[in-house]
Amino acid sequence: MSDALHAEWTKFRTLAGTWWLLLAVAALTVTVSAATAADFHCPPGGCTPQLTGADPARLGLAGVYLGQVVIALLAVLAIGGEYGNGMIRLTLTALPRRLTAFTAKALVTAAAALATAVLAVGGSVLAGWLILPGQGLSAANGYLPLSLRYGSDLRAACGSVFYLTLIALLAYGVTAAVRDAAAGIGLVLGALLVFPIMSAVIPDHVLARHLEQIAPMTAGLYVQATVGLDALPLTPWQGLGVTALWAAGALILGAAVFRLRDA
Amino acid sequence: MTATAPYRSPARPDPASLSRDGFAQTVRAEWTKFRTVRGWVIGTLIGVLVMAGLGLLASAGGQSSCQAVGSVGPGSGTCPGISFLLGPNGEPVNDSFYFVRQPLAGDGSVTVRVTSLTEQLTTPDSARSNSEVPGVVPWAKAGLIIKANLTQGSAYAAIMVTPGHGVRMQWNYTGDTAGMSGPVSPANPRWLRLTRSGDVITGYDSADGTNWTQVAAVTLAGLPSTAQVGPFTAAPDYTQHAGEGFGGGTSNFSGPSQDTAVFDHLATSGGWTPAPGSRAAWAGGYVGSPQMPGIGGYHQSGGQYTVTGQGDIAPIPSGHGGEADPAVTVSDYLVGTFAGLIALTVLAAASVTAEYRRGLIRLTFAATPARGRVLAAKSVVVAAVGFVFGLAGAAAAVLAGEAITRARGAYAFPISGMAEARVIIGTGVLAAFFAVLAMAIGVIVRRGAATVAVAVLVIVVPYFLAVFAAVPLNAGDWLLRIMPAAGFALQQPYPAYGQVSMFYAPFSGYFPLPAGGGLAVLAAWTAAALALAAYLLRRRDAG
Repeated sequence: MSDALHAEWTKFRTLAGTWWLLLAVAALTVTVSAATAADFHCPPGGCTPQLTGADPARLGLAGVYLGQVVIALLAVLAIGGEYGNGMIRLTLTALPRRLTAFTAKALVTAAAALATAVLAVGGSVLAGWLILPGQGLSAANGYLPLSLRYGSDLRAACGSVFYLTLIALLAYGVTAAVRDAAAGIGLVLGALLVFPIMSAVIPDHVLARHLEQIAPMTAGLYVQATVGLDALPLTPWQGLGVTALWAAGALILGAAVFRLRDA
Repeated sequence: MTATAPYRSPARPDPASLSRDGFAQTVRAEWTKFRTVRGWVIGTLIGVLVMAGLGLLASAGGQSSCQAVGSVGPGSGTCPGISFLLGPNGEPVNDSFYFVRQPLAGDGSVTVRVTSLTEQLTTPDSARSNSEVPGVVPWAKAGLIIKANLTQGSAYAAIMVTPGHGVRMQWNYTGDTAGMSGPVSPANPRWLRLTRSGDVITGYDSADGTNWTQVAAVTLAGLPSTAQVGPFTAAPDYTQHAGEGFGGGTSNFSGPSQDTAVFDHLATSGGWTPAPGSRAAWAGGYVGSPQMPGIGGYHQSGGQYTVTGQGDIAPIPSGHGGEADPAVTVSDYLVGTFAGLIALTVLAAASVTAEYRRGLIRLTFAATPARGRVLAAKSVVVAAVGFVFGLAGAAAAVLAGEAITRARGAYAFPISGMAEARVIIGTGVLAAFFAVLAMAIGVIVRRGAATVAVAVLVIVVPYFLAVFAAVPLNAGDWLLRIMPAAGFALQQPYPAYGQVSMFYAPFSGYFPLPAGGGLAVLAAWTAAALALAAYLLRRRDAG
């Protein structure tokens, strides 16, 4: 297993695009988070929490919405790329135990995603801490600054890191199942976006709420919520659990296909 | 022995198509490549089905929430009974106001001076209730109106002062032209005049009653010879969009309001001049009814008329969060477009990146050495596929959605066949440009997954973030102005009415750019991507 890990790690780190993608995840997440925070304006009526309904943690971590696209791409390429160029046959010749190869690759992908997510989320929290008080979400108006000293903000930050890692695993599993990188990323992004869009337009509120409860993105990002928790259909950690179930399901499906089908 | 003629092929292809360099030939080659890959054809069909299916799910998804908002409109309170008053042009309208009128026959002219207009919120639960809040109902109205009859929804033309938008001439609910700017006050009164000449009503405003400026002249087709004429006041619901809803929630304060206007120098002239010695008989009353019983009325002292009223004379915009919330709209049917576009991206990207992956691109360039021509031919093919894809998906979504809405007995917000066709064709155009953009990104990036990710990142994700309020509204508006996602403006089914205060959000089907502007932004991105693709294609190896 350690040999397999080493091999996968070597492939991963020597691939031309990898480091650029990792950099893109961090840069995109932090930039979008900062821009979202800087674009926040209090309504004319005032800036109290009741009026704005603003959640500093969600604002400061908004970049995760975009960062997840790149992190999913990273995971898709980690396995889909090998199908694209036929490298997968060489990999399986060297590592005939397919589940070992699959697991090693998944672990390397997850570790890279986790490390990048720490950078991306850490940078976003820092940006939010610097920017948000200037946009009216200040102590004077009754907001706590975005800071990891507070339990809820810490949960939002750690949860976002885990969320990004789970999205990478979800994308990895889906791509292993469809064995094509382009179709893999299309399916993953479709699955992430379809639930919130559907739950927003379905006229039946009960059904919409159920859709949100099972949506990999909507439920998972509940972990970022620090205000209005009572109104959420799930608790923040339960929400992240939904994403974890999706990732687990995708990994099991991917592993089964990887184990059973031709390379 | 008979001499046999040497064999000649019976089919003599036309020489233009024989030429390898013919553009038509290249297009045909690209089309053949596209249609003969079974996975792509299946993908196209699945994409269309997903696009239409999501719309169906949205319009058929269980019981509607109309119980909670059953009081909308003059229909009954339950869901199937929801209906709106329709104006002369067929659009849903509000038409209730306090009217001090008299029936006047033939042509003539009516003049009045407005010296004050004050509004008051009538919301009992607001902290600011029963205190006068100037300017919070920018579209409160007070002025003169000529109306075909006292039935709600009948034709009219009116000239009025408003607290937030100066003097306006409005007619038949959707027409609106600005006159003098600035609010009205005793020190700064406004003179208003309406003149009828046949079917043509002309509105004038003036600061002093001597120097008049024409605001607009409008034709009210079929106006009866005796019309109801006089001063009126109306005050629409007070709404304030408060809070940058994050993660879905946008909060609105709203509630009924009322306004009181003080008129003097009310006089009729021309053919409407009262007989000598008689006094004009002005009668007060509501057209429609006030939201809160007992509000509204007028009293006259000397030449001064103080008129108080509630209500509005305006179109009802479609969309979520507004009055028309329970009505199903074309935007609801088309909600699956984003998913269809993701599928289309995968196909358009694959049409290029699969060639790079399999080395087919070298053969393609051997057959057609002019690489720019290959790019152009590929553009034509994916644009055509994209157009048909979008057109078919949108048409299926709209037609099936309407059938389901009818079957459920839900209320569909009225839309003209013309507007519907525009939205369906617009979706085809959106998909065509988007497919070419994705294809061009594919040439630039040369890897399928990266192409799909980039294409989704520039068009679908901005749309998602803006429409579902995942980023603050302001940022969302900008995303829909500058990103290729601006092209979604082609799907806006109903106009945004400037004269109705509503939160015209992308979520309700209103986009920050007009359809043409959105298309221009998308086209500019597509052109830029194509130019870069052409440049790179010429410079790079066919790797």
